Amino acid sequence: MQVVGQASEAPDLKDHQPAVKTDPQWFIMGGVVSIVGWLALVPLGFLVWQSFRTPDTARKPAVWTLQNYWEAYSSSETLVLFMNSVQFAAGTAVLALVIGTALAWMTERTNTPLKPLFYALSIIPLIIPGILFVVSWIMLASPKIGIINLVLQGLFGTDTVYVDIYSMAGMIWVDGLHYAPIAFLLMTAAFRAMDPSLEESAMMSGASMFKIFWNITLKLAWPAVAASFLILFVRSIESFEVPALLGLPVGIQVFTSSIYDAIHSYPSNIGLAAAYAITLLIITMGGIYMQSRLTGQGGKYSTVTGKGFRPRTIDLGRWKYLTLGIFIVYALFVVVLPFLVLLWSSLQKFYSVPSMEALKNVSLNAYSTVINYPSVGTAVWNSFLLSIGSATTVMFLTAIVCWIVLRTKIPGRWILDNVASVPLVLPGLVMGLAIMVCYLTIGGGVYGTIWIMFIAYVTRFMPYGMRYNTTSMIQLHKELEESAAMSGASWFTSFRRVVLPLLKPGLLAGWIYIVIVSVRELSSSILLYSPGTEVVSIVIWEMWQNGQYVELSAFGVMLIATLFIFVMMAQWIGKRFGVKEA
Amino acid sequence: MLTVRGLNTEYPSQKGPAVKAAQDVTFEVPAGKFFTLLGPSGCGKTTTLRSIAGLERPVSGEIVVNGRVVFSSERKIFIPPNQRNFGMVFQSYAIWPHMTVFANAAFPLEVRKNKMSKSEIREKVMRVLSAVALEQYADREATKLSGGQQQRLALARALVMEPELLLLDEPLSNLDAKLRDRMRFELKRIQRELGITTIYVTHDQGEALALSHEIAVMNEGRIVQVGPPRTIYEHPRTKFVAEFIGTTNFIDGVVLGFDEPAGRWKVRTPAGDLLVSTDSALTPNMRVTVSIRPEDVELSDDATTSGSTENVTSGLVDQKVFLGDFVDFQVQIGDFMLLSRAHPSLRTPIGETIHVRMNPDKCVAIPEDSSARAAA
Ligand SMILES: Nc1ncnc2c1ncn2[C@@H]1O[C@H](COP(=O)(O)OP(=O)(O)OP(=O)(O)O)[C@@H](O)[C@H]1O
Ligand SMILES: [Mg+2]
Repeated sequence: MQVVGQASEAPDLKDHQPAVKTDPQWFIMGGVVSIVGWLALVPLGFLVWQSFRTPDTARKPAVWTLQNYWEAYSSSETLVLFMNSVQFAAGTAVLALVIGTALAWMTERTNTPLKPLFYALSIIPLIIPGILFVVSWIMLASPKIGIINLVLQGLFGTDTVYVDIYSMAGMIWVDGLHYAPIAFLLMTAAFRAMDPSLEESAMMSGASMFKIFWNITLKLAWPAVAASFLILFVRSIESFEVPALLGLPVGIQVFTSSIYDAIHSYPSNIGLAAAYAITLLIITMGGIYMQSRLTGQGGKYSTVTGKGFRPRTIDLGRWKYLTLGIFIVYALFVVVLPFLVLLWSSLQKFYSVPSMEALKNVSLNAYSTVINYPSVGTAVWNSFLLSIGSATTVMFLTAIVCWIVLRTKIPGRWILDNVASVPLVLPGLVMGLAIMVCYLTIGGGVYGTIWIMFIAYVTRFMPYGMRYNTTSMIQLHKELEESAAMSGASWFTSFRRVVLPLLKPGLLAGWIYIVIVSVRELSSSILLYSPGTEVVSIVIWEMWQNGQYVELSAFGVMLIATLFIFVMMAQWIGKRFGVKEA
Repeated sequence: MLTVRGLNTEYPSQKGPAVKAAQDVTFEVPAGKFFTLLGPSGCGKTTTLRSIAGLERPVSGEIVVNGRVVFSSERKIFIPPNQRNFGMVFQSYAIWPHMTVFANAAFPLEVRKNKMSKSEIREKVMRVLSAVALEQYADREATKLSGGQQQRLALARALVMEPELLLLDEPLSNLDAKLRDRMRFELKRIQRELGITTIYVTHDQGEALALSHEIAVMNEGRIVQVGPPRTIYEHPRTKFVAEFIGTTNFIDGVVLGFDEPAGRWKVRTPAGDLLVSTDSALTPNMRVTVSIRPEDVELSDDATTSGSTENVTSGLVDQKVFLGDFVDFQVQIGDFMLLSRAHPSLRTPIGETIHVRMNPDKCVAIPEDSSARAAA
């Protein structure tokens, strides 16, 4: 087509930078960006600095060095270490994702019987602190005292070892089961935000149930699947309890356990630990980069529109008994068996394998010991304050960050996304170390108080808040906000009255998750607590170190029961005030 | 009332140059009028509307509403959308799923600067809800409305704030045909009763012709013609407009010269020499396209029935399609196939000779190069 005449002047883009803004929204955003930048980058800076320093001892002041990196990479074991870590993390992530997605689909999209019960059951593993879960699986599947082995041996009259938890497969099994609920929560939020008419239209085109799940549901949930895989991979590569309790005894080393070793060797080699951490950082940065590429496609995946959004479920017919069966098996492995074994051991005076003999020794001694344990009361109160405080802070902070990243056109906003996700690459131990070094160096009076742990928790869980908010915000059609602006609402009003309420299911899911991981948090706290600021996981760790297995079990049982009640209440509140079903 | 001058809006793209979605868009809408942006998908209608709303920031141009400059690239003025007081209905309706019908409609009143009392809000909202026949659903959850009801709620939400300007982005495109017809009349009625200046975006020419006081036809980011529906339909200035606005015959020809007795230009075409009307300056030997709509081609069995002898010729009936209220004839004149829409009483069989008359008033000559020219 030929254009005649029309000498239109080329508009000069640079002339039209946005005029200076004075709205309060820019102060809010500016404040949020500064807080996030400080939390995420400053401790990391100290970590990098540390990795180039020799140990600071009384005799020799610290100097610049490359020795730490030389030590970390010259060793031939580093390749083994790397392979172990990737194998462990990828295996765990895949196992967790498969289980979590299947369960999320069953509870959100099908008419499987007893769904509400299983919604509660499938998140229990999340509330079992990692160390308790590992301990209970040791009691179940260790070659010597594992109940599963003992039962099978008794049954077949052999002394074959059927299952061995002290192996790579055992590690993946335990960690994968333990992380499945994270995948479940993430995928649940994604399925909830998805317009079911998209699936229904596939059903109307004659697609089978499996085809619909595979071709429509999963394809639409793809950003959520990819985001979840990323989270799980990084979670497991920095997972500490499983490698420490299951891997180390048989010499299967991964990065985290090596870092732990480096810190706890004498004299502790913090520089070497930091050098390992930098490697982890590079691995996970690749993941974050892919993630940001993925969410950049924004609008394409917007599946919540303002129009006719009515959650509905698929009738599975007779197949619903199969899905029910899957639920039951899952619940057995993740909830019933581990909990029963803890309960059993908590009722003993000394740890022993279940038998008629041991049944006679049942007592509640351990419980009274725990209640009178000096630091338990303080620890419970501290954990309560820290978890509620950090979960609330994180979710609101990251909701604003996500909004800036996904909804504004501010240049360089993707950097903000990456900055807020930086803590993801820091294993808890190293994060604790970095924060400790940071606030000891710059002062400010937070060291030794509960505030340093609050800072650590907010920083550490900020990336999870980001993921929860991103997952739900990319599915929120932007016309819903634009219509608020057209109605005359200020940025703040439309954020408070339209964006936040629509994000509520995601916000609530993220908040619950962060409360729970805060209660379980061990690896950062262990370097930051001081007398008076202990938290519950520290108390459990101390009991494990002291070999107080029955007391540990009793405290574990009480902790799990409390968290369970909390989750049930949160669920109930969510049901009442969240998205109601049609 | 609304003046848009030299509006250019671009979208940055990751690779390659920016997408120029609206280019040099200029038009004016008098107060109380219904103005339509019409054009094929992707021509930049939504972009233009969003630029007026303030949801996109144009790279250059000026937008003035009621003497208030809401955007001017020269004077560096950009009033954010929430301070413009324009009502807008989005293509997806954008009904907030977490609110009731009432809460959706009340939102614009609740968030405005000078607060209203609860009872005042209630009264206004109920009045506007009853105007769109939703008053009995006020306490329902917004997601439990049908498509048509959601559309009306979106309209109510835009109207409740008594906006200076009402912006509608294909509000009827998600409705079924019957409902669309009904809502079309509803819209027209509400617009007339409130006398609200309205900018309407659609790609459906029937809708545009039925609703508007004025239509701007857009193509590839530019406005190609602005005018009242009748003018656009009867005197398309370009081939694109003629074709887009409805089925038409295009007859290529060469200008013979000015025919003094008839007071018209004469064009030699494969369908014979035709007297034409035109808005453009013609010169002899110029290549032109003559556009005539099928319903303006008069057919008869008998050469003597029509009074005038201008543009009369004959051809053979090649095809007939009966469509109820009318019959479409394809008439072969020499090598040329002419489409004609006639009354069902005309029963000339296929293969027979038929007489054709093309009213010179309806034969519009379009110079060939003007099909590419943007005429704002
Ligand atoms: N956010 C965006 N980023 C980049 N390009 C865009 C964006 N929105 C629209 N465009 C492009 O700008 C052009 C005009 O788009 P616009 O949405 O205004 O079309 P439209 O006339 O409203 O079409 P439709 O009738 O399909 O809604 C199209 O080529 C489109 O691809
Ligand atoms: Mg459009």
